[in-house]
Amino acid sequence: MQPTYSVEVQDITRRFGQFVAVDHISFQVEDGEIFGFLGANGAGKTTTIRMLCGLLLPTSGQARVEGFDIYTQTHEIKQVIGYMSQKFSLYDDLTVAENLAFYGGIYGLGRAELDKAVQNAMSTIDLSPYMNKLTRDMPVGWKQRLALTCAILHKPRILFLDEPTGGVDPISRREFWNLIYDLADGGTTVFVTTHYMDEAEYCNRLSIMHNGRIIALGSPQALKNEYQKNTIEDVFIHLVKKQIE
Amino acid sequence: MTADIHCDNVAKRYGSVAALDGLDLQVREAEMHGLIGPDGAGKTTLLRILCGLLFADSGRIRLADHDPRTQSRALRAFLGYMPQRFSLYPDLTVTENLRFFADLFQVKPDEREKRLQRLLSFSRLGPFSERKAAALSGGMKQKLALSCTLIHTPRILLLDEPTTGVDPVSRREFWDILAEMRGEGVTILVSTPYMDEAARCDRISFIHKGKVLVTDAPANIPGLYRQQLLEVKTAENVAAARAIQADGGFSSVQVFGDRIHVSAAGDAASMRKRVQACLQQHHISIEEIRPVPATIEDVFVELLR
Amino acid sequence: MNSRIWTILRKETIHIRRDPRSLVIVFLMPIMMILLYGYAITFDIKEIRLGILDQDRTPASHELVHDLTSSNYFIVSGYLQARDEIAEAFLKRRMLAVLVIPPGFSADMGTKAVTEVQVLVDGSNANTATVALNYIKSFFVARSLQMNAEILRSPVNLQPRVWYNPDLKSAHFIVPGLVAVIMMMICALLTSVTVARERESGTMEQILVSPVRSIEIIIGKTLPYVLLALVDAIVVVVFAQMVFGVPFRGDPLWLLGFSLIYVYACLCFGIFISARVATQQIAMMSAMLATMLPSILLSGFIFPILSMPKILQLLSYIVPARYYLVIIRGIMLKGIGPVHLWMPALFLAVFGTLLLMISIRRFKTNLEG
Repeated sequence: MQPTYSVEVQDITRRFGQFVAVDHISFQVEDGEIFGFLGANGAGKTTTIRMLCGLLLPTSGQARVEGFDIYTQTHEIKQVIGYMSQKFSLYDDLTVAENLAFYGGIYGLGRAELDKAVQNAMSTIDLSPYMNKLTRDMPVGWKQRLALTCAILHKPRILFLDEPTGGVDPISRREFWNLIYDLADGGTTVFVTTHYMDEAEYCNRLSIMHNGRIIALGSPQALKNEYQKNTIEDVFIHLVKKQIE
Repeated sequence: MTADIHCDNVAKRYGSVAALDGLDLQVREAEMHGLIGPDGAGKTTLLRILCGLLFADSGRIRLADHDPRTQSRALRAFLGYMPQRFSLYPDLTVTENLRFFADLFQVKPDEREKRLQRLLSFSRLGPFSERKAAALSGGMKQKLALSCTLIHTPRILLLDEPTTGVDPVSRREFWDILAEMRGEGVTILVSTPYMDEAARCDRISFIHKGKVLVTDAPANIPGLYRQQLLEVKTAENVAAARAIQADGGFSSVQVFGDRIHVSAAGDAASMRKRVQACLQQHHISIEEIRPVPATIEDVFVELLR
Repeated sequence: MNSRIWTILRKETIHIRRDPRSLVIVFLMPIMMILLYGYAITFDIKEIRLGILDQDRTPASHELVHDLTSSNYFIVSGYLQARDEIAEAFLKRRMLAVLVIPPGFSADMGTKAVTEVQVLVDGSNANTATVALNYIKSFFVARSLQMNAEILRSPVNLQPRVWYNPDLKSAHFIVPGLVAVIMMMICALLTSVTVARERESGTMEQILVSPVRSIEIIIGKTLPYVLLALVDAIVVVVFAQMVFGVPFRGDPLWLLGFSLIYVYACLCFGIFISARVATQQIAMMSAMLATMLPSILLSGFIFPILSMPKILQLLSYIVPARYYLVIIRGIMLKGIGPVHLWMPALFLAVFGTLLLMISIRRFKTNLEG
């Protein structure tokens, strides 16, 4: 059976002035896959995600997200994607319920739809003890869960996570990944960048970026076999050091 | 004067919240000591109290026989502290930042230039010495921040999650510098969310709810795991994990990509049987099943559950 | 209404409610400014330091000095003995004006057609000098008339009367203008930071990945401030009236209506700044710069527009405060109704809407510069 692709990227480049942030990269993400995007700061991960979310335009190259063109159909793309960034992008002075209502509202969910969506999300992420608390008073791990809930209220077909676990302790990270597995199991494609190399092992497939280019692409096991390393961290360090030399 | 750290029964409250709640901690001279614990456990509060930025409500604290509350001036001469968000001056160059911190600690000019050269080669920032701090990568910024902390050659170094958000290559380089400092006899107390970093320390302390639960060498930590850990590989890990979870006979089930870790009290053989029976019932075929040793993270998670 | 505008509007309202510190600033800052400006900017000059060089030394010259200084406007700060002392008195700022009564003053008064006295004024502060000179002139005009009448017995009875501000109190003129300047500043500040704040906190990026449109963000972020700004305007007007006793001759409801249009225009000006600015700091500085000086200098608040160079006169047409000044002075001081004020009001409405439309066009729903 021919796999269907959630993301198809062909030869995309993005420059900022003289600086080439993303340098002719190509890859595909299959429907329902957890796709990991690894790389150092400034490797081009965030720029790539922003292009796929319709926040930035490529300088050249072609790409489609859920079948929509990233040059001409950004409005359509924005209706079917979810996005969560490392900053969690929540309103600190709003309560949990108010944050949910706001993010539901900008996706055009009505009162009833919103309640249903929140109920739905609550079955896996129980935010009820915090509903009427100000977001700024919540522990980091809970903020992260709230940010994820806000990003999936409108049932996106693909979820972009830009370093979603930065500064979060191991327990919260494990629980967060359980949620990600549930989402992927329900058919949502998950596109995730991370600094934690142990988290790379959670992904179905990985790409490793360096200086705007993809220097490795494959399943965690395949990459470990190919470079004969025990962990993805060792693969990563091996590849980046080779690039620097 | 030995450069060691003693905390006895230290408490600190913020209003009704107890950040530190009778914390005891001993750090030996020339030891690299790791602090790990969940968010809000009190790691940052502890480090701030140790360097005299915050005052404890009660308890006894000594760093090299100095009380950080009453002798902070004397203490700061041989103490280095790198906060979580170390603020470099983005519009100053690498060298200018280093010189500024050297002058702040009144390092003599000829001595200053010597240390500067050494730190630049140490941190491999030499080629970037005239670059503005704003134009450095995340990893380089952290190395510069560390160098600024080291410019007055402290004997005790306190670091608050110095590598959070830094890529693996830079993290490894950062820890190589720390290892070298430790080799020179500097006492290091460092908090980190990365378990692989904790493993590089001489000893680790787990902090939870303002108390130290355990202090031990990394090699001894997995031995603290009270349960048995099994690694299972199947073709459908998410479904398999759900089935095992539903079985109810296991204390934790965690998917790690192509592997599932199952833990329970009891022996490996009976656990294996139970997992096999459970998955057979759900028609999920097992590719591999074997007992595995616990990691520091497993112990961490178990301690806090 | 569009549900997304409603969503954003509701969220902004919560931000306003949950930020008591900003609310205090929004209400306290205008009151402080009214007090400071209201007392500091005044053209009423009292107690002008007057020096006397009386070379006549007769009962008539004494009487003249007595009459001149019996009003509050002048106080005698010293008697000079010779002309060459005058320069020094001015240089040391001991005196602002010197009255020179020449020898033979009283002798001339009864015999000659013209009796001369000299007044010297320190012109280094042109404004004060002019006012001082005017006071002295009007004193002598009145005195001459009085003397002529006594001599000729044919009273020329000049009764000057000033309309709308009979005491010529500058507070009556300045305070309504202050309301215009302050509201312009506050409104522009309010909206100018709303977009930048979200850019800084990262929440803007989260909104931009949703299908939200630029018109929804801009309108949703402008509307909630209209009510706040209007309440602020009422507080400012009432306070100003209480403290400075500015008359209110017109219909307060019409002023409220026109003020609504004015704050709308000013808020749109703030959002216009906000649409492209990246940080709150720059937004605030731009808002202050773009509102304060033009509103003070080019609106007719202090300096009459007609006496400005042509180019500044043209520039003054795009200063919203210029139009609101006409409205608020018209309603408060003259008590005129809407019939005479629809032109400036219409302009304000058009001005605001135009800026709003430009802001919507300029605001990008992506991160491209």
